[in-house]
Amino acid sequence: MVLFILLRLLPGDPANALLGVGATAQQIEAARAQVGSDQPIWMQFLTFIGNLARFDLGASFVSKAGVLEEIGNRMSVTLPLTILGFLVAIVIAVPLGIVAAVKSDKWYGAAISVVSQLGIAIPVFWLGILIVTVFAINLRIFPSGGFPLKGWANFGEAATAMVLPVLTVALVIAASLLRYVRSATQDVIGSDFIRTARALGSSFPEALVRHGIRNGAVPVISILGIELATTFLGAVVVEKVFALPGLGSMLLLAIQQRDYPNVQGVLFISTLLVLLIGFAADLLQRLIDPRLRGRIHS
Amino acid sequence: MTSLDQTVSLRRDHSLSLWVGAFLVGLHVVIALLTLVWTPYDPTAMSGGRLEPPSLAHWAGTDRLGRDFFTQIMIGSRIALIVGVGAVAIGAAIGVTLGIVAAFATKLLDDALAATLDILIAFPTLLLAMLVVAASDTASLGTAILALGIALSAIVARLTRILAKRVLLMDYITAARTSGTSWFAIVFVHVLPNIWPTLSVNFALQFGLAVIAEASLSYLGLGAPPPNASWGRLLQEAQGTVYTAPIGAIAPGIALVSLVIGVNLLADGLRDIADPTRRVSR
Repeated sequence: MVLFILLRLLPGDPANALLGVGATAQQIEAARAQVGSDQPIWMQFLTFIGNLARFDLGASFVSKAGVLEEIGNRMSVTLPLTILGFLVAIVIAVPLGIVAAVKSDKWYGAAISVVSQLGIAIPVFWLGILIVTVFAINLRIFPSGGFPLKGWANFGEAATAMVLPVLTVALVIAASLLRYVRSATQDVIGSDFIRTARALGSSFPEALVRHGIRNGAVPVISILGIELATTFLGAVVVEKVFALPGLGSMLLLAIQQRDYPNVQGVLFISTLLVLLIGFAADLLQRLIDPRLRGRIHS
Repeated sequence: MTSLDQTVSLRRDHSLSLWVGAFLVGLHVVIALLTLVWTPYDPTAMSGGRLEPPSLAHWAGTDRLGRDFFTQIMIGSRIALIVGVGAVAIGAAIGVTLGIVAAFATKLLDDALAATLDILIAFPTLLLAMLVVAASDTASLGTAILALGIALSAIVARLTRILAKRVLLMDYITAARTSGTSWFAIVFVHVLPNIWPTLSVNFALQFGLAVIAEASLSYLGLGAPPPNASWGRLLQEAQGTVYTAPIGAIAPGIALVSLVIGVNLLADGLRDIADPTRRVSR
């Protein structure tokens, strides 16, 4: 909430941004009355909180479209992008991370670690540009950006438009996730219960699958929650690279246009989602690790 | 594989990362200093044809206005270092102060600060920085640095708070308190020197984070305006001409990644010096 109040106190009246430089004093007054920025700040705040409670996020200053509707439209791009990218990342990072930990003495184990080190140093947008260069320009397999106007109604086109963005998101998350999976696996390998299981006659892979995954998953899941939230919020850059009409590009445009209802709306929904994801990650951890259930504070 | 062998090879690895890191960072520092007195071409002059491929005269080709691209990448080093140092300095100043205050504060204030920090940290640095940039009227290099510094300060504050609280539990703090040492003296004599090694390693990591975030801001068009050749802006401009001049979309990225990896490696190496127990235990 603090964030929203701060936003309201920003210098620069949205009415000015709305009208441009050549506006007359009367026009500005009219615009201020229209967007409500002529009222005292506490009135604006009360209105804002009141509307939030009714899930009324208001309408854009610029396009006059309902903020919630606009967010709904944008979500149809951002949600699949985030969730698919995230799933692909798990599929890549979990096996590779375990291999990197178990086979750290082999060349490929070390190579995986080095590549992931490289991966966290690469900015998302550059990775995106490189992927576009390779797949869209040199190989010409997928479009370099854009999204069909009709959205998912045009399923084939929409799906191909999502391939490269999803790949970009997936690789970025995979690089950082891999490091956590690797260190969690290392902890598990060195633990007493694996040694006991081995002593009781299970083979090493068997012990790892039966006891290791459940134990190693707990710290990884809390990281997963943070990563998912970060990805969702970080989608702004990927959407810019691939010119996708998602939530991130909505936020970017809204910031540039000082379209406060849109900025607030996106932030409000994002914060809500981030909190929900954190909550879900907490629940999942408790499900996996019974020891956490008794504790009230995580 | 005996444990002794492992220890020796690990130690060698870490000093290697220290040296490689120091080399990469040093290279960027030298280039950045060099651009203050000399660049191959005037960065704003049209010294060649448009979008020329790399040649002996133009090592990284020219941009869409015929300006030497290598010169701009060199200046990018300077911008990146200024941003990194500036943002980390601001982040450290705000973050360490807040963290120390939270660690010393009453339970209520501490809880409130901790909860706020947790929420702020859930937002990526870039997003927070975007909001701060949006809050200011003019886009400039200073705004970007300030924005990133503020965004980083939440991370620093949380770390400082945790580290400081751990130190405050020590017996020697109790001893200092009972013997009447002031809280000011406790902070500067006991707390800061104890948490400094861990903090400084973290600052190095945040430097890398700041450089990436600034490039992203510039890429999104919210960073420093044109005369500043930020790598992010170079990449953004080059994306449009990637069909005809792919070098422009690759070279600034390599410069950026080499700096960030350099700083990360340096941080890894420094961590082992700062914390000798890690040398063997990893």
